[in-house]
Amino acid sequence: MKSIPGINSKASTDFAVLKPPARNQVSHWHPNSTSFTRWLSELSILNCFLFILLAFVFSSLAFAQSNYTTTDAVDALFRWMPFLLKSGFFFNILISLLVMLIGTLTGIVLGLGQISIHGWLRKLCWAITQFFRNSPWLVLLFVVMLAFPFQIEIFGLTIPVPDWLKAVIGLSLPIMANVSEIVRGAVISVPSGQWEAAESLAYTRLQTLWQIILPQCFKRMIPPWMNWYAILTMATPLVSILGVEDVLKLARDATEAEGNHPELLMPFYTFVLVLFFIYCYPIAKLTQRLERKFSVKG
Amino acid sequence: MMSWTEDQPMVSIKDVHKSFGDLEVLKGVSMDIMKGQVICIIGPSGSGKSTLIRCVNALNDIQQGSILVEGQEVNDPDLDKLELRKKVGMVFQQYNLFPHKTALQNVMMAPIQVLKQDKAEIEKQAYELLKKVRLEGKENSYPGELSGGQQQRVAIARSLAMNPDIMLFDEVTAALDPETVKEVLVTIKQLAEEGMTCILVTHEMGFAREVADMIYFTDRGVIVESGPPATFFDEAKDPRTKEFLSQIL
Repeated sequence: MKSIPGINSKASTDFAVLKPPARNQVSHWHPNSTSFTRWLSELSILNCFLFILLAFVFSSLAFAQSNYTTTDAVDALFRWMPFLLKSGFFFNILISLLVMLIGTLTGIVLGLGQISIHGWLRKLCWAITQFFRNSPWLVLLFVVMLAFPFQIEIFGLTIPVPDWLKAVIGLSLPIMANVSEIVRGAVISVPSGQWEAAESLAYTRLQTLWQIILPQCFKRMIPPWMNWYAILTMATPLVSILGVEDVLKLARDATEAEGNHPELLMPFYTFVLVLFFIYCYPIAKLTQRLERKFSVKG
Repeated sequence: MMSWTEDQPMVSIKDVHKSFGDLEVLKGVSMDIMKGQVICIIGPSGSGKSTLIRCVNALNDIQQGSILVEGQEVNDPDLDKLELRKKVGMVFQQYNLFPHKTALQNVMMAPIQVLKQDKAEIEKQAYELLKKVRLEGKENSYPGELSGGQQQRVAIARSLAMNPDIMLFDEVTAALDPETVKEVLVTIKQLAEEGMTCILVTHEMGFAREVADMIYFTDRGVIVESGPPATFFDEAKDPRTKEFLSQIL
């Protein structure tokens, strides 16, 4: 009869996991030791990078035997470039512009609500703003994706709501909240004397806001608003996780179509990075310059 | 309001009480201002003088008492504040010009946007007003390009453009350099001589003595003493007035 430890024979205590951990044993390699996970968890970020790089090189060496070289990968990239740019990156730009448009318009309304003389409206708008400002964008995207119907029926008309439109709505929410804060901050930064002067000239509150206060806020709002546009543009690849065919999704599809060679990864994703950099860097520079210009003039 | 005639006080303040939270800043203030009179309110800081004139054009509300402006009750929840403010002009210590508009635009804005007057006519009037406050040639300057005294004179012109019956001046020279104080006071004096009803809160005793018809001395929310300048400055009776004047003069 076969002996089974702990059942029909004396329980064996040879396994390290069953023994109280002995300090001197941890450093010795043993199939059941937890030292590997411990070592992994204690890795610094730099070491992680080195590790990933090593994995990259080793796998590349392994595939090198299949005769697919980096040159082949770059050639593939050049073939895909126009497609990635036109069908992918321009779509990201389109999404960012639509999100900014919707987010700005709704954000202005929400921001003005935050400075309303009606307490309930002020509190409501404040709560909405804080909620969407402090929510992770990806989670918001998922919620909108799942919560929105794929088609809406209005007066018997069936209007389809494609995924990309849901993504636009999802990204508009945090932009709306941040524009709301920009508007509120800019309005309260105008000295109270401006309100009083307008009031004493028989301006109504609404007139004061539109004719006196907001024109002064406009300049102050531009740099932070542009800053959020740049952040938003860089966040648009999030939509690829939800299946929207943006530049990141298409880059992934392209590498798969080319046979999934690891050599493809670096050129393709570097290209995507460079596209975003070329688009966003001038915006960041311009924002900086406007900020400086407006701060001098006051 | 319909029944008001020029032989009645233009501004009639009766037993006005005003608190900010628990702090009572006006504790029963009364005064009458006739058409064409110039009133100076003086007193130590924190005595409620600025608050009092801000109540006249309803920038601050009052808790008790009555303020009649040309027969119109200010302490009334149904008060048409805009109508009141069209009659009562106000100039502030910090000028409060609109920084994104030129001097000329500052003067023209309210008549065009609030009174809906004809733009060409207003422009002509605005040039004249700026000339009156001796700012010819500064029409297209922005407030940031003007000195304090010049800005304050634009602010006066801006108020006058609304064609008010009464002007309120809230320590309008307090933020100015001593050299530019005079140019603003000359402008106010000119207005007073033209018969404008003026209520001034001021620390300029020499000016008050020269221009005012009546002086009111306030301290801790009440009027301690009042009278025409000659009597007030030379024959002050209350010890608090005497002490204040001895520190200033």
